Amino acid sequence: MAQRSFKIWRGDKNNGQFVAYAIELEPGMVVLDAIHRIQSRQVTDLAVRWNCKAGKCGSCSVEINGKPRLSCMTRLNEFPEGQVITVQPLKTFPIIKDLVTDVSWNYAQNKRIAPFKPRTKDADGNYRMYQRDVERVQEFRKCIECYLCQDVCHVLRDHAKKEEFVGPRFMIRLASLEMHPLDIEDRIPKIKKEYGAGMCNITKCCTDVCPEHIHITDNGIVPLKERVVDRYYDPILWLWRKIFRG
Amino acid sequence: MNILEIQTIEHDVLVVGAGGAGIRAAIECARLGFNTGIISKSLLGKAHTVMAEGGVAAALGNVDRRDSWKIHFRDTMRGGKFLNQWRMAELHAKQAPARVRELEEWGAVFDRTKDGLISQRNFGGHRYPRLAHVGDRTGLEIIRTLQDFCIHQEIAMHMECTGLDLLIDGGRVAGLVAYWRETGRFVIFKAKAVILATGGGGKAWRVTSNSWEYTGDGLGMAYRAGAELIDMEFTQFHPTGMVWPPSVRGTLVTEGVRGDGGILFNNKNERFMFKYIPKKFASETADTQEEANRWLEGKEGARRPPELLTRDEVARAINREVSEGRGSPHGGVYLDIASVRSPEFIKKKLPSMYHQFKELAELDITQQPMEVGPTLHYFMGGIRVNSDTQETTVRGLFACGECAGGMHGANRLGGNSLSDLLVFGKLAGEGACQYIQKFPGALKVDAGQVNTIIRRATDILNRESGANPFLIQEDLQDVMQKNVGIIRTADELKKALEELKRLNKDASQVKAHASPQFNPGWNAALDLNNLLITAEAVTHAALMREESRGAHTRDDFPDEREEGLQYNVVVRKSWNGGMEAQKIKRDEPPAELSKIAYASLEELEGKGGTAKF
Repeated sequence: MAQRSFKIWRGDKNNGQFVAYAIELEPGMVVLDAIHRIQSRQVTDLAVRWNCKAGKCGSCSVEINGKPRLSCMTRLNEFPEGQVITVQPLKTFPIIKDLVTDVSWNYAQNKRIAPFKPRTKDADGNYRMYQRDVERVQEFRKCIECYLCQDVCHVLRDHAKKEEFVGPRFMIRLASLEMHPLDIEDRIPKIKKEYGAGMCNITKCCTDVCPEHIHITDNGIVPLKERVVDRYYDPILWLWRKIFRG
Repeated sequence: MNILEIQTIEHDVLVVGAGGAGIRAAIECARLGFNTGIISKSLLGKAHTVMAEGGVAAALGNVDRRDSWKIHFRDTMRGGKFLNQWRMAELHAKQAPARVRELEEWGAVFDRTKDGLISQRNFGGHRYPRLAHVGDRTGLEIIRTLQDFCIHQEIAMHMECTGLDLLIDGGRVAGLVAYWRETGRFVIFKAKAVILATGGGGKAWRVTSNSWEYTGDGLGMAYRAGAELIDMEFTQFHPTGMVWPPSVRGTLVTEGVRGDGGILFNNKNERFMFKYIPKKFASETADTQEEANRWLEGKEGARRPPELLTRDEVARAINREVSEGRGSPHGGVYLDIASVRSPEFIKKKLPSMYHQFKELAELDITQQPMEVGPTLHYFMGGIRVNSDTQETTVRGLFACGECAGGMHGANRLGGNSLSDLLVFGKLAGEGACQYIQKFPGALKVDAGQVNTIIRRATDILNRESGANPFLIQEDLQDVMQKNVGIIRTADELKKALEELKRLNKDASQVKAHASPQFNPGWNAALDLNNLLITAEAVTHAALMREESRGAHTRDDFPDEREEGLQYNVVVRKSWNGGMEAQKIKRDEPPAELSKIAYASLEELEGKGGTAKF
């Protein structure tokens, strides 16, 4: 049976290196299968996160041949026969061990965002929203929090400006709240001043790596930037506020 | 080890598990003003709930106004072959609508009807379109909604922290010993009440839709602490898991495919489900393709297609087709939505199925039929609880969600687990808080217990040599797959018990290499004991129930027996340390509930849609 070779990053926050492994192939294998095979047969302490193994939970994010991907949705047969496949942890987050990184910063960002605040219900106790109105936020709510977009975002990855920008994932979270038909909270001031909407320069790398195919920049970040502009830089509105609200 | 040197965290309530049930329970405890913590094996938002696809069942009546809690209750009892705990099924049907509406208040965005209300879809065993849903990613919507709500409720979230065993003081729960996955360090949680919400134990089977987390941890911990398990023989094989390629064998294919019109056929191109309509569902099931097609078009009076029979019936039928040589090339049958719905419809209503097959099987479900077969999906059985408070038979220990038993009887209807975890998560939170209010004294942690738990865990790392934990797990999976599958016999079940003895011996000598820091081998070795207890409990209970009912099918006792309705099987640790199974007599149902459950639809709905009772 055919074999496939891998180079997997092994180590912890202090040091590490790529280690070579090889496995026998089975039809339809994905990278996560290969990692599991290596783990169960060769190195039982090889650290990797995973859960659903069907692209629904966003746990198994790694960098495969340098590209941020879900290892459970990356089939081995998409790489040329004989090519060694390298697997390494997400670069943007601190390493815990092997392929596992400390993504707690992301959870902290979510906590900073003002929660959903709904308007009052209709008289019969229901909320009414129409399908065409919810579809926009349903796109954002597909997010599985794999953090591949956070990993690839150069503001976070290359410039390490985690203090200044919450990253594409949380811009999408903000968009899902701001565009929610029932929500009445106003997050625009913080989107401008604290969450760093201005930091994104729309290179769309996040959109490229999104396994849920969410149009992160076009449908999420850009409209939020526009709302910030409308609020703070529209000259007519500015004048209006100046005159009527003191 | 001096326990004063071990990190100690104190909460009023500790919730074990951060799936839908655990988070919902914690939200309730926090709302009632108690200091609440959650531990979870994975990161927040990654629990099994995220994989639920089709929807959450609640008689909102948004799509068909004839629906009511009574019809939902009746469907649930009939689906569970009348072995459910009556009170649990009643509470569930009555409270599910409020729990779903509450999610909307917390930000969930369900698909809508054209009037702007929460839309509902058809599912197996549900009389009316009842499942609130978001395409085929309902579980993601629910867990994210709960997650985003709970992080603002002052709940302490301890991620990647695995429970090892409960601490007991004078017959009451006093907390739990756990370890941090990242460092491998131990931590003592002192808590007046513990709520287990750890899910099932599907990882004991080879073909399963369950992830690495599903190792029966709550079942094992509760059992060791002296709690009883109930209905363990009822393990749900979901009829449609992927069968090809091998690496995704068992991955779930949502029942929503059939709910939205998908049909099953065999290699003779025969729509075989018409052959498998049981007598008791005959009056409510279409018996011709023509009638099934009319139902799909929403025609008045047409009965639902047989593909939407309950999961136990469909899984057995598929199993039979395959074993009699009418299966697909890779040992399943065909599930076809392409010839029934347009590509646009399929991509809109079943987007993740579309991607799953496209990316993992290189198959376009808008053009070709899928190959599917049964996959171990869910435990109807679990820790025995009081129907109102969710307290187990150990004081201060509560359980909710999949790890609790009783709600679903012999078979669960699709969509009833997401509603179950919301309804009983909340009730478990209330139950735990009521218990704490009456709790008399201070908490005492027994150093001996802590040391025993920790020593058992560190021995795995310290022994010179021993078996590989992953290989023992695979061995167990083969044993259960082969001997405790969809169709069971006494001989095979006894064989399984023998094999489990051998596996228990292997597991007692399991060895994990390297350090305890984020060490999946060590983690798997620690899970083994729970998984083995779970497997053994299922096997004992399956041996004891000498009839075929719901998800439990005995080849040597092929029919339902009248006597089978009189008892539930309970499993517990016996005085000598071994496992014992026992039949316990069921209570007579309240007359009112019994009347609803056994009523005909005409009686229940009356004329003009008014319920009679």
